[in-house]
Amino acid sequence: MQRLTKMMRRGVVAAMAGGIAAVFAGGVAMAQLAPPPGPTVEAIKKRGTLNCGIDTGVPGFAAQDASGTWKGIDIDYCRALAAAVLGDPAKIKYTPTTAAARFTVLQSGEIDVLIRDSTLTFTRSTALGLDQVAVNFYAGQGFLVRKALGVAKAADLQGATICTVTGATLELNIADFARSTGAKIGTLLFDKAEEAIAAMEAGRCDGYTDDSGSLAGMRSTLKVPADWMVLPDLISKEPLGIHIRSGDARWQKIVFWLDTALKSAEEFGVTKANADQMKSSKDPFILRLVGVEGDFGKMLGLDNEWALRAIKVAGNYGELYDTHFGPKALDLPRGMNNLYNKGGMHYTLPLR
Amino acid sequence: MRPLIRALFGTKLNAALSLLMLAAFAFTLPPLFRWLLSDAVWQAENRAACTAAGSGACWAFIRARFALFFYGQYPEPERWRADLGLLLLVAIGTGALFARRGRGWWLAALVTIVPVAGGILLAGGVLGLKPVPTPNWGGLLLNVVISFVAMAGAMPLGILLAFGRRSSYPIIRWISVAMIEFWRGVPLLTILFMGLVLLPLFLPQGVTVDNLVRALIVMTLFNAAYMAETIRGGLQGVPRGQAEAASALGLHPAQVQLLIVLPQALRLSIPGIVNIAVDLFKDTTLVSIVGLFDLMGVVNQSMKDPAWLGLAAEGYTFAAIVFFFACLVISLGGSLLERRFGVGQRR
Repeated sequence: MQRLTKMMRRGVVAAMAGGIAAVFAGGVAMAQLAPPPGPTVEAIKKRGTLNCGIDTGVPGFAAQDASGTWKGIDIDYCRALAAAVLGDPAKIKYTPTTAAARFTVLQSGEIDVLIRDSTLTFTRSTALGLDQVAVNFYAGQGFLVRKALGVAKAADLQGATICTVTGATLELNIADFARSTGAKIGTLLFDKAEEAIAAMEAGRCDGYTDDSGSLAGMRSTLKVPADWMVLPDLISKEPLGIHIRSGDARWQKIVFWLDTALKSAEEFGVTKANADQMKSSKDPFILRLVGVEGDFGKMLGLDNEWALRAIKVAGNYGELYDTHFGPKALDLPRGMNNLYNKGGMHYTLPLR
Repeated sequence: MRPLIRALFGTKLNAALSLLMLAAFAFTLPPLFRWLLSDAVWQAENRAACTAAGSGACWAFIRARFALFFYGQYPEPERWRADLGLLLLVAIGTGALFARRGRGWWLAALVTIVPVAGGILLAGGVLGLKPVPTPNWGGLLLNVVISFVAMAGAMPLGILLAFGRRSSYPIIRWISVAMIEFWRGVPLLTILFMGLVLLPLFLPQGVTVDNLVRALIVMTLFNAAYMAETIRGGLQGVPRGQAEAASALGLHPAQVQLLIVLPQALRLSIPGIVNIAVDLFKDTTLVSIVGLFDLMGVVNQSMKDPAWLGLAAEGYTFAAIVFFFACLVISLGGSLLERRFGVGQRR
């Protein structure tokens, strides 16, 4: 018994000594301006792979091509992140998550980051204990309607019936919208988007509603796409972006600045092709971005070429958008997803 | 010919019904045929090229993603391992069905060699085989793996539960009843979701159970409950005199059950067991909603590929055909077994 208490006492002393040492080490590290170690990034480096949560399949964001390779703007974000942290865009384990399970999978630690066309909202930030790091796609609920209906904007949809899918906030948004404008809009619910579209083509309803990102893709699958139009206005805000677990400031900063780096690269004309040449640029912002000047990567706990590697994976934000939503792909106008200086919403914080 | 005409047009009512049916066929079959075959497009680069080439089904979509439907993301150079595993399963399964002698050995091989060798082949990591992590398993391969494991696990577990429910020890009986009623009373979808959403909250941070393993455990336990009730029905069908005669011959109670009652009960349960097997095979498609890419999962997500957007009709038709033939194989195997054991003829 006595020996046991002695051992325990010794253990407590050792623990205290360790704690003091840790505090000191932390203090010294603070003095050198290096970030405190983050559990997520340490785990990723130890594991050698980034666990990235993605969608099970949504056009433009995440979908497998004929060879089974994941493609999409969310996928390219995962790859850029892996390149920045691990130096290799291929070192990723993708976890496709359904709408029901996505946040649980993140909370449980199965994935390091969730990049899955998920809307950033108040309750997800507070009640679910998640950090919403950045918006990588501004979407909103829009309408695809028959041209013959003669409707120019969403408020004109008086008396129309709209097909949509169950289980999302789409139906709620329509009801809210109808209540606020006094319009009477009927809804016809389906389990899958394909069924709703088929019903719409068969004339059971006058239009279809979904996130603006999906609408353009859906329109291209119609028998006569020219008979249908996407209404210009959106009735809800759906900022789609990146979620991580709360409480890891360093990981949060890495993900946030990675998003900024991709968008800044577009702003300063750094592309996948010319990224290496940009090292001899005269612009200090570019020099910081590609890691020639300043220890910006080190301050994140990475090396200075982190952003350069991320940009070289699939290009800057504009290139990503063009690959997956551009005229050769889903043909969705950039609109809100342009940079702030081109009439869009993507405003980057300065790298200085 | 004449009996046929008489049967179809014998009375006024029959004649009217027959004409109605013929009209319905004439109305629906030609467009279906045109869509399925004559107007279908077999070769195209993407959906746009497909719609330009013809108005029928776009089978080029299925062709482009054919391997994906069967293997998922299983790496291409390693796919022979999946083929070999399936071959092993078919060979030993056929042996167990048709062998005139040594059926016990074939069955033993089916429940030992197939899972062990199949597991090694598919997962790799030993004997110089490259490891293939389970998230890469997919397509029909996944449906077959889940069905086989769940069936092989549910069979012995179901037998145990069936005996347990008939046991004269209250504790064993209650536990068995509770097990059976719990797993039977909850929808499979709910349990799959619970495994996916609830389990991670109980496990310590960072400890994860493979998604596939979760699905396998759930499917096994769920089907064991159904299996138990089917086998219990078989046990009740064995005349009491059989057990009494065996006891009178001086057999130990365990011997009575294992050697006399159980074989007869299993013989009686064959139709029910085959029913469960077919049901189970189709239920495996439910795993697609928990983020595993079985055949249905691959079909669903193939429609999201920007190059082949929204080809739902083709995808679902293809999946229906594949499932129909797979289930046909199980049913045929079952009826062969029945004939073998003379279910329905011999008492």
